[in-house]
Amino acid sequence: MKSLGSIRRSFAPWADPTSIPFIAVKNVTKKFGDFVAVDDLSLNIYPREFFALLGASGCGKSTLLRMLAGFEQPTSGEIVLDGQSLAGIPPYKRPVNMMFQSYALFPHMTVENNIAFGLKQDGMPKADIAERVDQMLKLVKLDKFAKRKPHQLSGGQRQRVALARSLAKRPKVLLLDEPLGALDKKLREETQFELMDLQQELGLTFVVVTHDQEEAMTMADRIAVMAHGKVVQVATPPEIYEAPNSRFVADFIGDVNIFDGTVSAVGNGTIEIATETGFTVRVASTEPPAVGAKAGFAVRPEKIRVGRDQPACAPLNAAQGEIWDIGYLGDMTVFHVKLKDGKVIKASSLNAVRAVEDPLGYDQEVWISFDENAGVVLKD
Amino acid sequence: MAKFGSALFNRLVIIIPYAWLLFFFLIPFFIVIRISLSETAVAMPPYLPVFDLASGVGGFIDNIKQFSIDNYIWLTEDALYTKAYASSLWIAGVSTFLTLLIAYPVAYGMAQAPNTIRPTLLMLVILPFWTSFLIRVYAWIAILKPEGLFNQLLLTLGLIDQPLIILNTNWAIYIGIVYSYLPFMVLPIYSSLEKMDHSLTEAAQDLGCTPIRAFWRVTFPLSMPGVIAGCMLVFIPAVGEFVIPDLLGGSETLMIGKTLWNEFNANRDWPVSAAVATILLLILVVPIMFFQHAQAKADGEGR
Repeated sequence: MKSLGSIRRSFAPWADPTSIPFIAVKNVTKKFGDFVAVDDLSLNIYPREFFALLGASGCGKSTLLRMLAGFEQPTSGEIVLDGQSLAGIPPYKRPVNMMFQSYALFPHMTVENNIAFGLKQDGMPKADIAERVDQMLKLVKLDKFAKRKPHQLSGGQRQRVALARSLAKRPKVLLLDEPLGALDKKLREETQFELMDLQQELGLTFVVVTHDQEEAMTMADRIAVMAHGKVVQVATPPEIYEAPNSRFVADFIGDVNIFDGTVSAVGNGTIEIATETGFTVRVASTEPPAVGAKAGFAVRPEKIRVGRDQPACAPLNAAQGEIWDIGYLGDMTVFHVKLKDGKVIKASSLNAVRAVEDPLGYDQEVWISFDENAGVVLKD
Repeated sequence: MAKFGSALFNRLVIIIPYAWLLFFFLIPFFIVIRISLSETAVAMPPYLPVFDLASGVGGFIDNIKQFSIDNYIWLTEDALYTKAYASSLWIAGVSTFLTLLIAYPVAYGMAQAPNTIRPTLLMLVILPFWTSFLIRVYAWIAILKPEGLFNQLLLTLGLIDQPLIILNTNWAIYIGIVYSYLPFMVLPIYSSLEKMDHSLTEAAQDLGCTPIRAFWRVTFPLSMPGVIAGCMLVFIPAVGEFVIPDLLGGSETLMIGKTLWNEFNANRDWPVSAAVATILLLILVVPIMFFQHAQAKADGEGR
């Protein structure tokens, strides 16, 4: 079998203007009374894509998923699947299946019958059903549990039955609502990779709703970050992390230090921002704002160096402070550094060697510094 | 000391229901069986033998020897009793089925209602209990009699030109039982539907079921414990029902409750009526055991 990487590396239909989206969400709005759950939202999802809808609870991601499944109808706008409008098509006629957050396994049926349920509805011949159920059980490694009832299974096994049941009908699109939410951390991490392998193997389009950014980053080809019923940014995980388009996304995904300031100079591919903290940042910018404009600068903790000596780039991209807190996490150490104006920033460094001679200690005077391409400019 | 006290308390708590059953079910039941094995006498009490402590152990054994199953044989010889049992089971069965037909949609509607109005709906189901059962059954006489409210309504609307004869027929009994026992059917079905995860029906629809199929494949099977409990709660008392057939039924209505009442009061034949009651109990024990089996199964699945 080919490794995921070799297939994934070249997979970017969204970058190709000639590729046709498999699911097109067009200006969809969903209101519940006065409450706007989804607000004029447009999205394209491509065939074989693993697409994640990421956001805090109440951001409208689940409502969007339920509209794809057919449990809710858009108040306005349209959803097109494989060239066909889904308007007015009830859930039982849509070529999509959903894996529910609660798994929604039928408690009065065995594992086998749960998986066969959808196939029986389609009137598939008995022998074919048996064969397909067998195949699905093997796929999720539950062949020994066919005759069990859901309440006789562990949480992880139930999750896999739910997955097998939703995949049994070979849907064009699989919708997953917080698929790993009920699993413990270790199992969740394992299952993330299993899901990715499965999606690749079956060649299906997956749309997953999650509030767990790590889960979205690990599994998805692209992530749509949602807030207040709108999509804030749609991009690949590295783009979302390294080039957030807004303060919201920068803050929502991972840890970040944000410095507010004013643009003081615009140069050749770089700009300088005089931060309110008192030092000047020089940062790469492709679409520079005008001199004098307000701008923010966001930089991730792992891209900040902490050291005793004054860096060569000072006074640009460097500031003095003292170590305020140290968090030792094993694989890395997180420093909280209090700058001269009292602002506390986070910096992390990888513990690449087992024992450091003379490690940085509490209350120590240090310099923080970073490269010109370490952070991004936030215009809002 | 404290531990001993709490252990004692636990024992006491367990003893209470057993003591209740012993004093209010088992002892009376054995008295009924004992009377059913006796023979009628013009005396007080109206049966023989009567145990007397003064006659000693020998007298006790003589009395036991007088016991016979003649009354039970009598029940099989007179077709009246067999007919009364069969007719009671039939009427109770039809009534239970009709109650289920009405109660299920009511319970389903209540379970689907918004959380805010559910307590009100529950209250409305229980509300009829606030007036006397007897008064409510009498009210049905006023409604169903030939010149009653129901016939007047139909006549006024021009749907019929002659009053329907409903009172004093089996239909009046069905109506009376369905009306009286409806809450006992609605409540257990409601409680089984109410705790059901709504995403189960969504999952069924997602997998290709129309809403109606989803109901029959998922919702209805999962509400079976409630349906069984409701049917037992209606069927068992309906078989032995006396008031409703007596007030609403006609002279040709044969129900075991009425037969028993006649034997006991009109004929003053305690031993035969005791035998009738014992057989009725045996007929009902079977469905009760069935009911308990279903309950135990439902509990097992809940775990």
